[in-house]
Amino acid sequence: MYVATKGGERAIEAAHAWLAEERRGDPAVPELSLAQIREQMALAVNRVMAEGSLFDPDLAALAIKQARGDLIEAIFLIRAYRTTLPRFGASLPIATEDMAITRRVSATFKDIPGGQILGPTFDYTHRLLDFKLAAEGAPVPTAACKPADANPAPHILALLDRDELMEPLEHSDATPPDLTREPLEMPAERALRLQALTRGDEGFVLSMAYSTQRGYGRTHAFVGELRIGRCAVEMDIPELGFSVEIGEVELSECETVNQFTGSKTEPPQFTRGYGLVFGQNERKAISMSLVDRALRWQELGEDDTGAPAQDAEFVLYHCDNIQATGFLEHIKLPHYVDFQSELELIRRLRRDAKAPQQEAAQ
Amino acid sequence: MSDQAYNFAYLDEATKRMIRRAILKGLAVPGYQVPFASREMPMPYGWGTGGVQVTAACLTPEDTLKVIDQGADDTTNAVSIRTFFERTAGVATTTQTAQASVIQTRHRIPEEPLRAGQILVYQVPIPEPLRFLEPRESETRKMHALEEYGLMHVKLYEDIARHGEISTAYAYPVRVEGRYVMDPSPIPKFDNPKLGNCPAIQLFGAGREQRIYALPPYCDVVSLDFEDHPFTPSKADHDCDLCGCATSYLDEVITDDQGGRMFVCSDTDFCETRRDAGHRGRLSPEETA
Repeated sequence: MYVATKGGERAIEAAHAWLAEERRGDPAVPELSLAQIREQMALAVNRVMAEGSLFDPDLAALAIKQARGDLIEAIFLIRAYRTTLPRFGASLPIATEDMAITRRVSATFKDIPGGQILGPTFDYTHRLLDFKLAAEGAPVPTAACKPADANPAPHILALLDRDELMEPLEHSDATPPDLTREPLEMPAERALRLQALTRGDEGFVLSMAYSTQRGYGRTHAFVGELRIGRCAVEMDIPELGFSVEIGEVELSECETVNQFTGSKTEPPQFTRGYGLVFGQNERKAISMSLVDRALRWQELGEDDTGAPAQDAEFVLYHCDNIQATGFLEHIKLPHYVDFQSELELIRRLRRDAKAPQQEAAQ
Repeated sequence: MSDQAYNFAYLDEATKRMIRRAILKGLAVPGYQVPFASREMPMPYGWGTGGVQVTAACLTPEDTLKVIDQGADDTTNAVSIRTFFERTAGVATTTQTAQASVIQTRHRIPEEPLRAGQILVYQVPIPEPLRFLEPRESETRKMHALEEYGLMHVKLYEDIARHGEISTAYAYPVRVEGRYVMDPSPIPKFDNPKLGNCPAIQLFGAGREQRIYALPPYCDVVSLDFEDHPFTPSKADHDCDLCGCATSYLDEVITDDQGGRMFVCSDTDFCETRRDAGHRGRLSPEETA
């Protein structure tokens, strides 16, 4: 009779075996290769890399395959792997102005130095199911090419900066904090907030950003510039005495232009929001820049309107989907002991509550 | 047996040192929540990542580890964590409380009194006893610093006003060495009296919340109460149906859909040891056969 909590070890083994079988699905259907996932599920791979904080498309593809397409589970696999990796050092700051651009749009200026490049975007597709894709063996689609624009593509906000219309950027050579190495403590400086947001859950950051657009901590944001492309990662090698390029990462960067700050002594200036994410993920990059801007209310001398997106503790402590999903799902673990203590309590409270009524009835 | 690809007990030595420093600080300031840079572990947050990190930092190859969840060694998560350390540390494991040098637990303190030299590691979901009164970490840290615990007493008072007694049955707050109010993790309040004056070291690890705290041996731990409403540990008003014990904490097991139920020790090792010694309960197999 009392076997319900016995056999945990056998149950776990059986569950793992079943899971492996389900992961593979119908064996009559060919198995997915990592290259297929990496190449044809690239945006899923991007999300896993961004929220997993590890730029490695092959590992992200493996994680997606192992997680049966559950992206949060895949992100978790990457995070748990990442934390075991030794750290050789830190790269130099990435120069996004030198990005090899695949997409670049500005919502604030019609024509910009370096040009607008629409790039591979869903933006103007009609969302009609393409049943041709259901058939396999369709001809390989090709797009026309043209040589890369040799003109530099400076950041649009830097141009506004020159006219002193933008709040000045604060330059700092300080090593930014790292929340994967130090516990998150409040108040969190901007660099730390940005790190939390770029690792944060896409859905959560999106909804937070959306709430600011609907009036919960208005940000009045324009996308000054959204650029996507590849950037070189350089590292100083002390033995060599100079820096070498160790690889490339694909990035989405968004800079928003927001309404003014100013005072009696300082004329009004536009303010900034910033988003930077691994891979092509402009939804996340734009969302991040709006939330970043909303979180800056204090340093910009704005009022706390009580909006969730202005509340750094609320946003930063709840944006991590690995923490969130772990704590949420842990309530399916046994809680017999706690529930038992609650049972005793509620029975006692009910008995005590009923006793006076019964006495009164007699 | 241990997976050679990983360091002893999974974590790298630098991480273990960081955790040990937090543990030492916790022991030096009993009940104070020490922030630590919790790592992502290969099991989800909420499954005991804090406890696992503390255990990993404490284990030596000579240790004997026991892992319990809800008092039982054979619940799935206890099995999973024990297997994890068998694989990554290759340490000996046991189900016997007396045999273990390190015990990781979720939600219970073993019935058998702990002895000097043992370490009890608790898995903690929400380390902050004031969290449900004040959601902001920046505020609760201030409240601890200023020893401002009035809010907690008001909460306990309101419980009494509403229900006639303090309606917290588990994770019942305690005050440590007359200073810090501490969450003892979601153990039933039945276990609270075992926290104080304990010969063993008690360590609390909250992975997701990035906090470690500790009770050094023979520490003074008082469950919060009022003079006219003193703290009372409580358990089901039954004896164990398997071993007959009248003083152990019991799980209620529903046996049919007619309201039938039995009560058994939640501490499976304690119950088995008693049965092996010849103790019998109401539903012991010999009598029900």
